[in-house]
Amino acid sequence: MPGSFIYWLWSLETILEVAVVVCALAKHSFRRYLCLNLYMLFSLVVSVGRYQALIRFGLQSPQYAYFYFYSDAVLTIFLYVALITLYVHVFDEMETGKYVRLFAVLLLAGTALFSYLVVQQSQHRMLTHFFFELSQNLYFVGLVLTYVLWGAILKLRETRTRLIQLVLSLGVYFSAFAATFALRNMFPNFQSVGYIVPVFACLLPLAWAYAFWRLPEDARMAPSRLAVVPR
Amino acid sequence: MATLIFLFSAAALLQFFISYCRSLIAASIKQPLSAEVRDVTGIASAASGDDFARVIQLLQLCPERPEDQSEIRAIGAYFRLLNFVRATVARIIPALVAWTEMERGQCAYFAAVALERRIAFSRDMLSQQLDA
Repeated sequence: MPGSFIYWLWSLETILEVAVVVCALAKHSFRRYLCLNLYMLFSLVVSVGRYQALIRFGLQSPQYAYFYFYSDAVLTIFLYVALITLYVHVFDEMETGKYVRLFAVLLLAGTALFSYLVVQQSQHRMLTHFFFELSQNLYFVGLVLTYVLWGAILKLRETRTRLIQLVLSLGVYFSAFAATFALRNMFPNFQSVGYIVPVFACLLPLAWAYAFWRLPEDARMAPSRLAVVPR
Repeated sequence: MATLIFLFSAAALLQFFISYCRSLIAASIKQPLSAEVRDVTGIASAASGDDFARVIQLLQLCPERPEDQSEIRAIGAYFRLLNFVRATVARIIPALVAWTEMERGQCAYFAAVALERRIAFSRDMLSQQLDA
């Protein structure tokens, strides 16, 4: 069974996911950021499901492992969709929503195909391996897409504070997870990575709850002030 | 390949984290400090990085506001990161010294604004208690 610290982080993450939805509802932003909120709700359902699987089958059981990796892949796809809706928000005035969605579907299909080709040689548990590979690749694709979106925000001088913070916190989340996956591949026996992941998992709902609760939709800021390299 | 992904992800993480902390600070920078807070913190005109620890100590003396806990922690982490950069990389790249000092000053100003809010919050609580 995982240690009490992991349980504590898991509970905290679940509470923060509820907080995101509650804050969005309270500030009448649920529909405006529908996909982000649906992702949080789905993540909440997955947390409950994982807990049930853990209690029923145990941490070392194949049932828990299957549930964990399949649900993680579906969650990552949900987050990918949430990121694409942030693209739609940023490019709203340019009326490019149709092209953004088409590009997103093609990229998702491309990532899935790439993941399939990577695991094709594996003889055992191919489906599980595929979902793990897909999650890992989607985190990296998500990181690159968030980086491009941040570049677009700076270039287009997007000033909506809430949108900027949602994108930046998503960037922190994707890059932290992509770095963690890479670290796991570099050092498979490095056990401490397992403790870092739940900490990062708490940061995204915390930042989003803060953005919904504290920042009004009409709050504005100059994004050029936020760039690490001055523009 | 994993090393390359790790390096890119770590660089992106650093950049996103810095920009996120700056977005938290940006909202406070516009807010002027009252004369009272200036007296208490010793920040006369522009805040310097050396004021940060003192302002944080003063913050800890005030009753906590649940709303500002997470942002103060994030800025505290950012301040420690800046101290690390100042003590390591900035020794090799001197241009970073001025940048880290400016950022540390903004962290101190952010903490002073948070202190101002906590003082106002404490006064509100006290007046509510007196009214009751």
